[in-house]
Amino acid sequence: MSETDLGLWAVPLAILAGAIRVSTPFLFVSLGECLTERSGRINLGLEGTLVFGAMAGYAVAYESGSAWAGVGAAALAGIVFGYVHGLLCSLPKVNDIAIGIALMILGMGLAFFFGKSYVQPVAPNLPAIGLGWWSESPQVRSALQVNALFFIGAIAALGLWWMFKSTRVGLVIRVVGDSSDAARATGLRPNRVRVLSTAAGGAFAGIGGAYLSLYYPGSWNEGISSGQGLMAVALVIFARWNPILCFWAALLFGGAGALGPALQSVGISQGYYLFYAAPYVLTLLVLIATSSPNRAMTGAPGELSITK
Amino acid sequence: MAGQLTFDAVATGQGADTRAWLARRAEAVVLPVGALIVGLVAFGGFLLAVGKSPLDFYALVHTGAFGSGFAWQNTLSRTAPLLFAALCVAIPARLGLVVIGGEGAIVLGGVATGALAAQIAGVPGVLGVPLLALAGALAGGLWLGAVGALRHYRGVNETISSLLLAYIAIALMNHLVEGPLRDPASLNKPSTAPLDAALRVGDLPGLAVHWGLGVGIIACIAAWLLIERTTWGFAARMTGGNVRAAQVQGLPVGWLIVGFTALGGAMAGLAGMFEVTAVHGSANASLAAGYGFTGILIAFLARHNPLAIIPVAILLAGFEASSGLVQRRMDLPQATTMVLQGFVFIAILASEALYGRLKPFTPERWRQR
Repeated sequence: MSETDLGLWAVPLAILAGAIRVSTPFLFVSLGECLTERSGRINLGLEGTLVFGAMAGYAVAYESGSAWAGVGAAALAGIVFGYVHGLLCSLPKVNDIAIGIALMILGMGLAFFFGKSYVQPVAPNLPAIGLGWWSESPQVRSALQVNALFFIGAIAALGLWWMFKSTRVGLVIRVVGDSSDAARATGLRPNRVRVLSTAAGGAFAGIGGAYLSLYYPGSWNEGISSGQGLMAVALVIFARWNPILCFWAALLFGGAGALGPALQSVGISQGYYLFYAAPYVLTLLVLIATSSPNRAMTGAPGELSITK
Repeated sequence: MAGQLTFDAVATGQGADTRAWLARRAEAVVLPVGALIVGLVAFGGFLLAVGKSPLDFYALVHTGAFGSGFAWQNTLSRTAPLLFAALCVAIPARLGLVVIGGEGAIVLGGVATGALAAQIAGVPGVLGVPLLALAGALAGGLWLGAVGALRHYRGVNETISSLLLAYIAIALMNHLVEGPLRDPASLNKPSTAPLDAALRVGDLPGLAVHWGLGVGIIACIAAWLLIERTTWGFAARMTGGNVRAAQVQGLPVGWLIVGFTALGGAMAGLAGMFEVTAVHGSANASLAAGYGFTGILIAFLARHNPLAIIPVAILLAGFEASSGLVQRRMDLPQATTMVLQGFVFIAILASEALYGRLKPFTPERWRQR
């Protein structure tokens, strides 16, 4: 295969490819966070869930020989973490943000503790679907290798959007998220709904982690996450608690993260490290632009502690 | 027993007041210590589950952290940055703010120190070291003061913005240390120029522990005085209780929020300053060692009381100081300390649910049946 010189076109191509590759974990984690926050709780511990999911997914994929079994195990681990978070936060006067930080430390600690023996072995990777068949250029082809989980995530975003909009379950979650009192008055049990929403949200984060260890970068090590789980909280605010917008926001964040390496590949290395900060700066700017001291943010669930 | 107390409370006004006061004080000590023990026992259960002996573990922690003069030195050297990092969380917490981005202020405080030190080489230490401390505190203070300003004037959530700023600060540090501020002689580990010997901070007299510990303890005491014994502290606690009420009272809520977050940031900046001047000798990526995150745990363990931070920080530093010994002797991975921290943190947070609910500690409930 001869490398065709793409010149400056390599930059947008690399950003697009990077966006698709890097965005999948963002997408899953933010969908999970979105689901949790819509029920009125915030889970800052998804970073721990993500890292533990990455380890559990990798370990199970290695032991069983099936990458999809790994994804399932990661989702299961995520449910457990989410469930614990939900139960602890149901205790009176317990701060959900602090519990999130505690579970983040515990999740990462447990992942590193049990994952130490899986740093060396090679587990099967998730399959990718080549969307670049129409092109002659090998760069384009490799850029358009898209993992199946990306499509599953996109479908899940649509599904969640539909669920919130037109199903009974979605309505229950929204009522609980907007007002505990109103939910109680209609005979709902807010804490139970929140525990279940947090557990389901944890499953999404676990799958996001499995993507990291089973596809890109595709191996397990202690530095596998670059804070995707933490950024999910900001990303959901950015996406206005809307699953469809979470999809676009995840793509945007993936692209912003790919900016630095892409520019470096064409010889622009000035401020390389600053480009790492691009997604964070972007989120902060959006937060500043959309917040107001006088009212809650548009679209924010009324019971959410960070927007009250 | 409870009946006896009820009787006494009715019978003798003076004695009952003392007893009520004692009961409330006891709650503030017994509950956190109890939760700490529950967390340690739960972690012991975890160790048993993975086939290790909890007794061996805690015995080794004791040996490695507090068992000898050398162990104490090791522990106390690690305490200094944790004191400052915990103050960075505890001071804004009095206003009801959860600031978790201390790591960013530590890192930038260190970079500011390294940058200034390169400019003032040759200045005597008596003048230079306070200048460096000022630079570190200023950098951290401005960084987190911005968090307070965003919170008050734009309504941006301080937890999220401080976290984002921590990531931005680390990227900024990498950019500066690898680029404009890099000492060309630092090959393997890009760093700022090594500090003049005169600008290095030495050890406390008679101890092999640097001055950061002394200054950190003084800072904890000063922060306690500020919060508990001054009108500013009172105004801050009131604002933390109810912002609207504080505004109606005419308290300068905006200044309090910006001031307290900036003060917290200045503390974290000092942590970075001491890391550079007393430990590393130049600013480099070692500054992002996670002290900011351990500080969050310590502040919550101490229930945001600056005086309680001192023993808690020593305990947590002890866990870290002994982790090497524990790993080698018991063949445990490095992450063991993290798992332990997680267990303790969760137990402490869950214990919040018990405050004001246990009868022996709640005088208001003594008369109820």
